This record gives sequence, C-alpha cells and structure tokens, in this order.
Amino acid sequence: MAVKIATGAPAPLPTGVVAEPAKKGFWVWLNKRLPVEEFITTQMTGYLAPKNFNVWYFFGSLALAVLVLQLLSGIYLTMFYKVGAATSFDSVEYIMREVDYGWLIRYLHSTGASAFFIVVYLHMYRALLYGSYRAPRELLWLIGMAVYLALMAEAFMGYVLPWGNMSFWGAQVIVNLFGTIPGIGPGLVEWIRGDYAIADATLDRFFAMHVALLPLALILLVVLHLAALHEVGSNNPDGIEIKEKVGRDGKPLDGIPFHPYYTVKDIFGVGVFAVLFAIVLFFVPTLGGLFLESPNFEPANPLSTPEHIAPVWYFTPYYAILRAVPDQRLGALLLLLSVAAFLFLPWLDRSPVKSMRYKGWMSRTALALFTVSFVVLGYLGLQPAIGVYVVLARIFTGIYFLYFLLMPFYTKLDPVKPVPERVIYHAH
Amino acid sequence: MADHAVVADDEVDLSRRKFLTTATIATGAVGVAFAAVPFIESWNPSERARAEGEPVLLDLTKIEPGQMATPIWRKTPIYVVRRTRDMLARIAGHDSELKDPNSENSDQPPYAMNTQRSRTGEFLVLIGICTHLGCLPKQRFAAGELYPSWPGGFHCPCHGSRFDLAGRVFNGSPASTNLRVPRYSYPNPGTLLIGEDEKGVV
Repeated sequence: MAVKIATGAPAPLPTGVVAEPAKKGFWVWLNKRLPVEEFITTQMTGYLAPKNFNVWYFFGSLALAVLVLQLLSGIYLTMFYKVGAATSFDSVEYIMREVDYGWLIRYLHSTGASAFFIVVYLHMYRALLYGSYRAPRELLWLIGMAVYLALMAEAFMGYVLPWGNMSFWGAQVIVNLFGTIPGIGPGLVEWIRGDYAIADATLDRFFAMHVALLPLALILLVVLHLAALHEVGSNNPDGIEIKEKVGRDGKPLDGIPFHPYYTVKDIFGVGVFAVLFAIVLFFVPTLGGLFLESPNFEPANPLSTPEHIAPVWYFTPYYAILRAVPDQRLGALLLLLSVAAFLFLPWLDRSPVKSMRYKGWMSRTALALFTVSFVVLGYLGLQPAIGVYVVLARIFTGIYFLYFLLMPFYTKLDPVKPVPERVIYHAH
Repeated sequence: MADHAVVADDEVDLSRRKFLTTATIATGAVGVAFAAVPFIESWNPSERARAEGEPVLLDLTKIEPGQMATPIWRKTPIYVVRRTRDMLARIAGHDSELKDPNSENSDQPPYAMNTQRSRTGEFLVLIGICTHLGCLPKQRFAAGELYPSWPGGFHCPCHGSRFDLAGRVFNGSPASTNLRVPRYSYPNPGTLLIGEDEKGVV
C-alpha cells in the first residue's frame, strides 16, 4: 500500500501527511516490533476517501458501532442467562426484573438487533443507489453479503434463546424450511434439531452458535470487508473512481485522509444515532411488538401454536415471499432466491455509469418499484396470509424479482447522463 | 564444511515437488474430512432423545365419538380422532378439491394409504404437525365451520393450509402433502400403540 514517491523540488506536503517531530524512545521500540505507525499511516491518515461523501455514508461506521454494542451487551447477557429449555425463559425474566440494570442490558441487545438491521439495510441501499457493488468492488459486495447472511443467522438464533412461544414456533417454521430440500430434507431437519422436535438440544446448540461461532465469523468477515474496502477504495455518490484523477504527488485529487476528516464525521454520526437509539431504548423498547413480539412474553409451548406467526420485522419481506407461494418447496426456493439475488447484482447491472445520479429513468423507476415492493412485502409479512394480503404478496413478489431479472436489459437501454470528470463537491 | 550437496536451481525436480505438494494437501484434506465426522455426528439426536422417543400407549376407550385426543410421541403432538359415521361420510365427495386424494405423494404406512387414511375407519391417527412448515393445525370438525362448503377437518393458523377429516390437503394450501400418519398398531382392542407396528419399533 505505502508507495514512496521521490520528489525533487520541495513540494507542499500532500494532504494527510503531517510533519512529525523526530520519534524516540518507546514509540521507536514499539514500531520495530509491531507496525503500529505503518498501520495508522496506511489505513487511517494515509487512506484517502472521496471528499464528496453524503449522509448515506454514515451507515457503514454505524454498523460497526452497533456490532460493538451487540458484542458488549451480549457478553453481559451471557453472565446472567441460563441456557436450557427449563431455565432460559425464567433467566430472561430474572435479567429483566432482578439483575441491577439487567433490563437495560437486555433492551440494549434487543433494540440493538433491530438497529443493526436498520443500518445494514440503509448501508446496502446506499450500494444500490450509487452502484457500490460494481467492479472493482464485486468482492467487497460479496463479503458484505456474507456479513448480512451471518447476521441473519445470528439474529434468528438469538431470537430463539429467550425460549418464548414465538421463539419456539419461529424456530419450528425456519428449521422446517430445510425439510423442503429434496431427499435429504427430513434427515437434515432432525440433525439440526438434535431431537424429534425443537427441544432442549436445539436451544443449546443455537446458544453455542449465537454466542461463539457466529460472532467470530461476523468479526472475521467484517475485517475482510474492511480490508477489501481499503484495497479498492470507497465508491462515492458520483460513482467516479477517484484513483483515476491523481495529482503530481500520485494521490487522488478528490481524496481526503480518512483520519481526521471521516473519523470526526463518523463520530458525529454515532452521536446522532445514539440519541435516536436512546429514544427507542428508553421509551418504546418493544416498538409496539415490532422489535419484541408479545407472544414471546409467554414460555415456549409445543402444544400451542400462536394464532399468528410473524418473524421480527427485518425478515418479513422474505417471509411474505415464502407465504405468497401455494407450494412449500417452491416457496422455500423463492425465499432462498430472494436473498441470493443480491449476490448477482455486480453482474446484472450493465449500465455504463455507476451512480443513480447519472442513470436514466428506467433504472430510477426500477429501483423505486423495488423499494416499494420491499417495504410492502415487509408489511405483508406481518399480516396474516389471507385474502387480499396473499394477492398483494404475489404481485409485489413479482416486482421484487423483476428488478433483478430485467436489470441486464433496462440498465443497458437506459438513457444515461454524462458523468463529470471530477466528483461534485461543495465546500462547507 | 557443509555435509550436504548444494543443488543448483535447474537440478530441482519440479514435477516431483509438485506431486509431493499435491499428495500432502490431498492427505490432509482426507484427514480433515475424517476429523469432522465426530463433530457432525454429535448433532444427531442423543441416546437420551432416542430413548425418550419410544412408542407410547393410549387408552382409546376414553375418547368420545367425534372427539380428539393429543398424546405426545417424540415430543410431538399426535392427533387421534374418533370419527363418527357422519364424519366418515364427509371424507367422500371432494376428491377433486384435494392435492393428493390417494395419498400417493404423502408419508404414511401402507395400511393407512387408503381413503380414510387409517387402519380402521373409526380412528384417525395423524402427526399433528402441518406438512408445510410445522405449525399445529387446529381442529375444525364441524361442517361449514370455515366456509359454507367446508366438510370439516383441520386448518393451520400459520399459513392457512386446510386438511379434511382424513388429513388430506386441499388445493390452494401452501402445504403440498397430506398430514403424516405415524406407524401404529392396536395391541388389543381399545388400546393404541404409537410408534410401533408389525414391522417393529420406528
């Protein structure tokens, strides 16, 4: 990364490199043994990001902040939570009622889960807007999708742990999805459950996955995501590669050092986010049953299915797609495809431009319709699967998939606008 | 002095080196695959879970005609319905509305692969788990309970699958197959043994 460029005449110092006093003592000793300074200069003060980031560029750092929050609050929950079909529900009630500030730690974790999906969805939407998944960022996008999939598994297994009745029946429905795989399905379901029904054995292994395996995987994937980002560099709202316009010092003209410019910006973003988060946390932690569902406040009962099963809001678009199909195997397949479709975006988008700023009406209409269908499907997934809801779910499932299926065509036919040479930037 | 001979680059047998590298990786991969077996097998139902999944007995004399008992077998509710003549009559006449009227694609022992889906017409024995995604279908035995032409049966509250009084699935349901029938037998009249038949224990 760090390429040294020999310059003859004394040139003005490039942005980001501050004249430093002679170093001595501990700092020199340390850096001979661990490349701390090199890391800071290549990845922080010397990592140049486009100067035209807008509000959409808050959500990556916010996702990282929420990950830290979830790890911390999660570690504290494990100190009081007792895994097991006989103890899980009671121990969560114990945390809520008897552990000092236990309610706060638990609500931090449950609200944090929803907040995680909000910022991740907005982070992904930013990529749809500005073409951040396009070459050379395909792998960055795929690693991000792996983070998203790990997060979905993490959220699902975490939801089972309180062992409420919705935990139990949610687990039943999701695990049974694997039963639709031809041939190996029924055996696979039994293997996942470790019993002939969702039981203590299932809960125990979900706990292990939720607190150990998946968080480790998430952290590893996030590190890979950042490493890939710093290799290819950030996209920006104009979708212009800043590396293609470099100054005499060989550095992008439209790049500014990540630190201090974007560290300060991101810390400000975390502050605003924390205010909004606190409002939900302290005043509406269940958000009317959207963040924590009321049937989960009664213990798991294998003999009583709740009248109406709906997953937490962040899975409802996919759940609506599953229920829109009157065939279990096809429904499960469409559910899988609706998530997997995002993986193919880098190769489906054939537009000569990246950003929605310069794409034409076709791409804009397609994205608008997709946005509406995702939100409407999210609403329908919370409703019972009857009557007009099923009809609507089928219509919007169709629109959802057409966004991906027709993308190679409408992005090619789309009348695009000329892309400027340099990023659009107004100094503040 | 060094004992070993100095080998010039051009004397290295690259194909031999490549073969050894490949063979080492392949052997290692086989070792990893074998080492993974115990970890994968550990997720199977344990000895205890299997022991608790033994056959269960049910006293049929305590079920009134038209009523249903739900004993638990393998931690799963089993629906045992004592069907009246009227209920048995309501099984017939709607084959065209069913996805699998003859239970050809459904899961049941051979002695239940008939219209009534049971060994004896009177008692219906079903695994009380929706074949769609595993909710508990609710009993809606009365004719017309769901809609005027409803012949009576089961309705799953989760995703709306409907089954008749023999557990056969109606068209338009998300479930694709009829409710499953476990293997069962009658050790003596009036007693039902779930999970065991002439072929032995499940």
